[in-house]
Amino acid sequence: MRTLTELSPASAKARADQQGRNKGDGPLARETSDIARQGAPGTTRAHESAVKHVTGRAAYIDDLQAPADALHVALGLSPVAHGRLTRLDLEKVKSAPGVVDVITIVDVPGHTDIGPVFPGDPIFADDEISYVGQCLFAVAAESHQAARRAVTLASVEIDERPASLDPVAAAEREEFVRPTHVQQSGDWQAALSGAAHVIESEQFVGGQEHFYLEGQACLVQPTEDEGVIVHTSNQHPSETQKLVAEVLDIPFHAVTVEMRRMGGGFGGKETQASPWACIAAIIARRTGRTTRVRLPRAEDMRATGKRHPFHNRYQLGFDAQGVLQGGDITVIGDCGYSPDLSEAIVDRAMFHADNAYSLGSARVTGHRAKTHTASNTAFRGFGGPQGMMIIEAAMDDIARRLGQDPLTIRKRNLYRAGRDVTHYGQPVEQLGLLHDLIAQLEQSSDYWARREAVVAHNARNPIIKKGLALTPVKFGISFTAKHLNQAGALLHVYTDGSVMINHGGTEMGQGLHTKVCQVVARELGLDLEQVRISATRTDKVPNTSPTAASSGADLNGQAARDACLTLKARLFDFAAEHFGADRGGLDREGMRLEAGALIAGSGEAERRIPWGELVQAAYLSRISLSEKGFYSTPLIHYDRETAKGRPFYYYAFGAAVAEVSVDTLSGEYLVDRVDILHDVGDSLNPAIDIGQVEGGFIQGMGWLTSEELKWNDAGRLVSDGPATYKIPAFGDLPPVFNVELMQGHPNSQASIYRSKAVGEPPFMLGMAVWSALRDALSSLVDYREAPRLDTPATPERVLMAAEALRQRTLASQEAHHAPA
Amino acid sequence: MTAFTINGRTVDVSAAPNTPLLWVIRDELKLTGTKFGCGVAQCGACTLHVDGEPVRACVFPLAGAEGRSITTIEGLSEDGSHPVQQAWVELDVPQCGYCQSGQIMSASALLARNPSPSDAEIDEAMRGNLCRCGTYLRIRAAIQRASEA
Repeated sequence: MRTLTELSPASAKARADQQGRNKGDGPLARETSDIARQGAPGTTRAHESAVKHVTGRAAYIDDLQAPADALHVALGLSPVAHGRLTRLDLEKVKSAPGVVDVITIVDVPGHTDIGPVFPGDPIFADDEISYVGQCLFAVAAESHQAARRAVTLASVEIDERPASLDPVAAAEREEFVRPTHVQQSGDWQAALSGAAHVIESEQFVGGQEHFYLEGQACLVQPTEDEGVIVHTSNQHPSETQKLVAEVLDIPFHAVTVEMRRMGGGFGGKETQASPWACIAAIIARRTGRTTRVRLPRAEDMRATGKRHPFHNRYQLGFDAQGVLQGGDITVIGDCGYSPDLSEAIVDRAMFHADNAYSLGSARVTGHRAKTHTASNTAFRGFGGPQGMMIIEAAMDDIARRLGQDPLTIRKRNLYRAGRDVTHYGQPVEQLGLLHDLIAQLEQSSDYWARREAVVAHNARNPIIKKGLALTPVKFGISFTAKHLNQAGALLHVYTDGSVMINHGGTEMGQGLHTKVCQVVARELGLDLEQVRISATRTDKVPNTSPTAASSGADLNGQAARDACLTLKARLFDFAAEHFGADRGGLDREGMRLEAGALIAGSGEAERRIPWGELVQAAYLSRISLSEKGFYSTPLIHYDRETAKGRPFYYYAFGAAVAEVSVDTLSGEYLVDRVDILHDVGDSLNPAIDIGQVEGGFIQGMGWLTSEELKWNDAGRLVSDGPATYKIPAFGDLPPVFNVELMQGHPNSQASIYRSKAVGEPPFMLGMAVWSALRDALSSLVDYREAPRLDTPATPERVLMAAEALRQRTLASQEAHHAPA
Repeated sequence: MTAFTINGRTVDVSAAPNTPLLWVIRDELKLTGTKFGCGVAQCGACTLHVDGEPVRACVFPLAGAEGRSITTIEGLSEDGSHPVQQAWVELDVPQCGYCQSGQIMSASALLARNPSPSDAEIDEAMRGNLCRCGTYLRIRAAIQRASEA
């Protein structure tokens, strides 16, 4: 008996069925508390898709089966970086075998600008060409091959103009995609003039290709009314819903976006998954046929934006102890041709130009330079990593100036009592945690003994130099666009006791769905197996925020919990009256859901109502078993006029120690050992969190070492595949890699079970490798100087830095020995 | 027509002989566990076994499969019980999961020819399989775990 609608509660058989179910057959039989606790937050549970991942059954977009007449799309992309489109002749394309439809900007029924936050991103180029890889037209054909062959038949003429590819020059000409923003605390000029020491320097911090293994992909089905269903590998279904509706000129409710899992996102599918969905939707509506887009890897890399390259400068004053007094920092983000998310990304670089250190009285300026490349976009850390790099460079530079160990200088500059307010006015909480974390890692990594060993090694070895560095991370958690800090969830309990949760977040491998299921299992006192999650869909939870800013579990976990709390209260009210009515009802006070049962009272008076019995009794009494939940982050605000506020609900902390060996004659190097201690508050799932820390570190290390984006002089990306763009592989793992989570420091704010976000912060732990490389190079000049080392610090760059140090040493020796 | 066995089943395929095997098994045989990553044999997401040897299906022509025995992730075990698959779940290896069928096929081929590989041998055998989530440490540990099974 699966449905209860025909079941009389009075019948003996119904009662027996319920009890039988509750006692023995089916999921409700698991009544031991041990089993129930396995699913609770704070415990390690496998990823909800683990078995599907290892058997090939986890479906990604291109694995979804489509009708046999589904169309395949290929894109015509601009071969030049800047110019005017003077002729686009597609007659031969249209008449090519297998071609069903060809569209350009004139075929777009609604909006032609699909800029996600600010305008500036035409769905197809009109006449202005802004980068190599910009979309000019799309071809839909009976097969992928037919579509790709047809694209090559287009006749395209472009009046080519000089491309602007230098963001520093663009900033000097004030060519910006968004206005410059300035943050200031105190009198920075007085701080500089009053400081015992002043140094200045600059750096280039390279960008990064997302290289999600599943490229951009979508599958769009026309629906029976004027709408579409969009399956897309996508971090922001609600935005894609909006943009698809706007290009089709139909209401949002006619568009449903579904997203089960991504094969990697990393920020690259926050805004840049939408264009393909919009194009496929137009074709699906025009042809009435299901339409697929899957970008070939090289086109994906050319057409989509990357992590912003940054040019950073500082002029900083410090005292005799190396403690910062203040100064001036400028960051220039290379935004590419349009705003996309660059306003917030450069803001976040500015918010993190202090990393874990008090800047004193400082001015931080952020420019958003416009260049003729793809529009650079979100990528794990969202500008924060690029901002932190300038102050980490300064820490090394100050240490060399004063002849101190860089760790000593870093520790002296950490936020501390009396120096605990950021340059944008937010007090830094949990200072004890920050200092404890550094001290623990210093000890567990044996930093000072290894420092002695490194110095001794370098004294003996003229060519192979070792380097060692400890770098901290302080990363602000919340979207800096305040309105995005909200989330919704939808909770259903079915009459067999099984639970379905749906929420606005998207799963890209970070374990969000597993964590949200754990929250629901804990709140309802159930085993994790009784809670299932379904694909993110805009018709289940509407108006959602992107899964970004590390906020997925913080926001959606709270929304799911909110739904559980409301449902629980309703069930408790019901149970208090319904059960034991002959004895005056159950004690509502202290009622709880635990180990698969509702428990009321204690001791002799304790009553346990099995979950299944509770659910079925509630259903029969016409009590709703469905609930929605909502959450908005408290406390946060930021005023762009005054550049002050509390943009972050809290900070996540971490630190890494890296040791490297550098061949200073070739520039080649190895990472010998890495030790990490990272703060996730009270972990929701230690296995998932440690996985995020390991993976984040490796990705951050790749960003700063091997991953080099190269464009030719004409603005064409030449590193457009795995043969020319090197992400970390097996051989790049440090042989010793120790990762621990900081214990005993729950979040000071009331986040979900006092946990902390973990997606982005560990990425910046990779800075320790870069600083260790500088340390090794510094040994060439007896640690008197920290060489400039732009990133990625490829062997070529390391070699050039070593050569520059040697040349200067030779020159100074010659000057020293020159006859008077 | 090209005849071969796939996961123990004999098939006869009519696609052009130079069609990459990846598209034959995904589009015609509807076995989608093997993934497209880069199309130039540089990422390993499309790894499967041809007569037990790991092969990049995105550049392996259909003609090369004639008369041979192909195994994909779907055929590695009926129920996910291969020691490599079990170790992968026990050690929580997958994050996004997209590269993992290729990783598992490379790892199972390695263990078939070298039942107890060293870390260096694992790195050497697995270096052509990229994982952007950075699960390499756990993959290495899971291969070691499976080698003890």
